[in-house]
Amino acid sequence: MIELYVLLGLMIAGAIIAIEVKNLLSAVVAVGIVGLGLSIIFILLKAPDVALTQIVVEIAALILLIRATIHRDIAEKSCGSRPFGAIMGILFLGLAVIAAFVTFNGGLNPFGEPLMTVSRFYPLDAVSGTGATNVVASVILDYRAYDTLGEATVLFTAVIGVLTVMRRLGKKKEEDLQDSK
Amino acid sequence: MNAYLPYVFCMILFCIGIYAILSKRNIIKIILGVVIAEYAVNLFFVLVAYKAGGRAAIFSETEVILPESMVDPLPHALVLTSIVIGLATTAFLIALAIRLYGKYGTFDITRMRELRG
Amino acid sequence: MSKEQEHGMTVIVKTVTRLTVGLIFLYGIYIILHGHLTPGGGFAGGVIIALSFINLDLAFGGSVSSKIFSKGSTGLVEALGAVMFLALALIGLQYGGFFVNFLHPDGEPGQLLSAGIIPLENIAISLKVGAGLFGIFLTLIVLQKFESEKK
Repeated sequence: MIELYVLLGLMIAGAIIAIEVKNLLSAVVAVGIVGLGLSIIFILLKAPDVALTQIVVEIAALILLIRATIHRDIAEKSCGSRPFGAIMGILFLGLAVIAAFVTFNGGLNPFGEPLMTVSRFYPLDAVSGTGATNVVASVILDYRAYDTLGEATVLFTAVIGVLTVMRRLGKKKEEDLQDSK
Repeated sequence: MNAYLPYVFCMILFCIGIYAILSKRNIIKIILGVVIAEYAVNLFFVLVAYKAGGRAAIFSETEVILPESMVDPLPHALVLTSIVIGLATTAFLIALAIRLYGKYGTFDITRMRELRG
Repeated sequence: MSKEQEHGMTVIVKTVTRLTVGLIFLYGIYIILHGHLTPGGGFAGGVIIALSFINLDLAFGGSVSSKIFSKGSTGLVEALGAVMFLALALIGLQYGGFFVNFLHPDGEPGQLLSAGIIPLENIAISLKVGAGLFGIFLTLIVLQKFESEKK
């Protein structure tokens, strides 16, 4: 699995570049490296459904980020960092790595040996129980359809939130208030 | 320790995202940090699900595939919903950032605090 | 040329977009309808269909795709997808419980018309995801641009 480690290293390099580079357009493109590398890793880890969704969603997110933010003339400015936040970040990072090592040595299953306590049932039953040959589709839409219902609710809430935040009516009222003052 | 090495890489990626959220002043950089941390979490789920020498969780008509040789399909299903939710929340964050830019004329969160009132 | 021609990107991009955008749309429909047989499904297919509309907007500039699919109709289609998903779940109540696969003995596994309500649920999810994402895109980008042009 040497290619997995190469891709993970590429993703970490892309993430560091995205965080530290001055130009915002370069930062967004470097996040594109992380997302597309992630999609290739999903294919290596035998998850084609997730890889397809990831590559499509990555492109949509990049289009939204670039078109919504970069055409404002702020690409070069205000990329400094907060010193207090940086110290707290490094402290948190150290604590998190220590906690991760404790956890990995304790309870987590080794890489390549999944636990399968809950999901051993799904591949055995998928074809006879639901009729779908794609086991992931049978899990998200039949055995665990409540998850998808919750996802639909979250998506609906997010769309309503975007429409509410970006509406033009409230802005007009605010301007009227300022005029009357 | 070699059996846990991919998890360590994944943890490093998550920590980079958290560091960006905590330390950067530009609000677009903070959104990018959220996106990177979210990718790391998705990657962790799929890493946990991997079985060495396993096959993708799809049956075929022309070929006999044993159910015991498949990777774990449950984390894949969870990640599939999580990715789309991530896109929706990213769009919501971008909307908030655009509104803040319209009100204050800057993406710098420390200067937003100064201009309040 | 006229003012319509000046919006958007160059002639090369416009020609290639005109040739490929239909194929992208068809690929999205294929991904949705074969979601229970091959990788893909409602999430990926819905985003691909939304991306084909976004592609039109990016190449031709302005409000080309919002003439086909306006902001009001995105809300309508998204609500339709949500209602369809919930209706499929509620019909299952009559057969024993919420989200019961009440059609599944029809059709044999591996064929396009099989797996009961899973393809129908895929279509509902894709309507919801695609229309929601395209509505977000229209709100965030196209309308914002008009606002800044007015100023």
